[in-house]
Amino acid sequence: MNSPIEIDFILLVFLVLISYAAIRMKNLLSATILLSGYSLIMALTWVVLNSPDVAFTEAAVGAGVTTFLFIAALSKTMVMEEK
Amino acid sequence: MGEKEVESLVARTISRIMIPFIQLFGIYVIVHGETSPGGGFQGGVILGTSMILYGIVYGLSKAKKRVSKKHLIILISLGVLIYSGIGLMDMLSGGKYLQYDSLPLPVDAHETTALSILGVELGIGLTVMSATIILFIYLAGERIGAGMDNW
Repeated sequence: MNSPIEIDFILLVFLVLISYAAIRMKNLLSATILLSGYSLIMALTWVVLNSPDVAFTEAAVGAGVTTFLFIAALSKTMVMEEK
Repeated sequence: MGEKEVESLVARTISRIMIPFIQLFGIYVIVHGETSPGGGFQGGVILGTSMILYGIVYGLSKAKKRVSKKHLIILISLGVLIYSGIGLMDMLSGGKYLQYDSLPLPVDAHETTALSILGVELGIGLTVMSATIILFIYLAGERIGAGMDNW
């Protein structure tokens, strides 16, 4: 199965944009949600690269469990990053 | 992520409907691990995630009533025991560690391999599911100065 190059290009551009936005975000809760979206796009990339096994792991662990762990840690500290 | 359940009726109703299907999908991923994408780890994480959803929506105190710490710890150890037990049984019947086709089952070698892989995946799934749930409850329930001794 060969996917067209445009799909790869769009996914990679989204990955770069989302990770840059997650780095620049001052609100850490928003950054966590952006990382969850990053994992979702990454899972799509793994599917395009013909490895659905890794995509499964990325979607379940990256978008599900890791997001929860970050939010649980955030609920015990501050949501806003210090200037 | 408090002790009480969330106010939203939509969130409560949707998760009440969705949680059984999430768990069914997790079991599907574990059982079909050898022929299709997925396996013990992925299915175990999906099963654990359903409990995380329950805990987030219905509150931590209800989630703590659903699962007991003793049973979760027993399940974690049981999964490791299943995995290493199948490996050691292969060694006892003359093969290498986890050499599936050396088990003396009354079916042919291909089916013996498939059955052993199913057992190993079930062990991995049990361990990962219980570890995810116990991680969730400890991390969400930790209060400064108050331990989790009453759970």
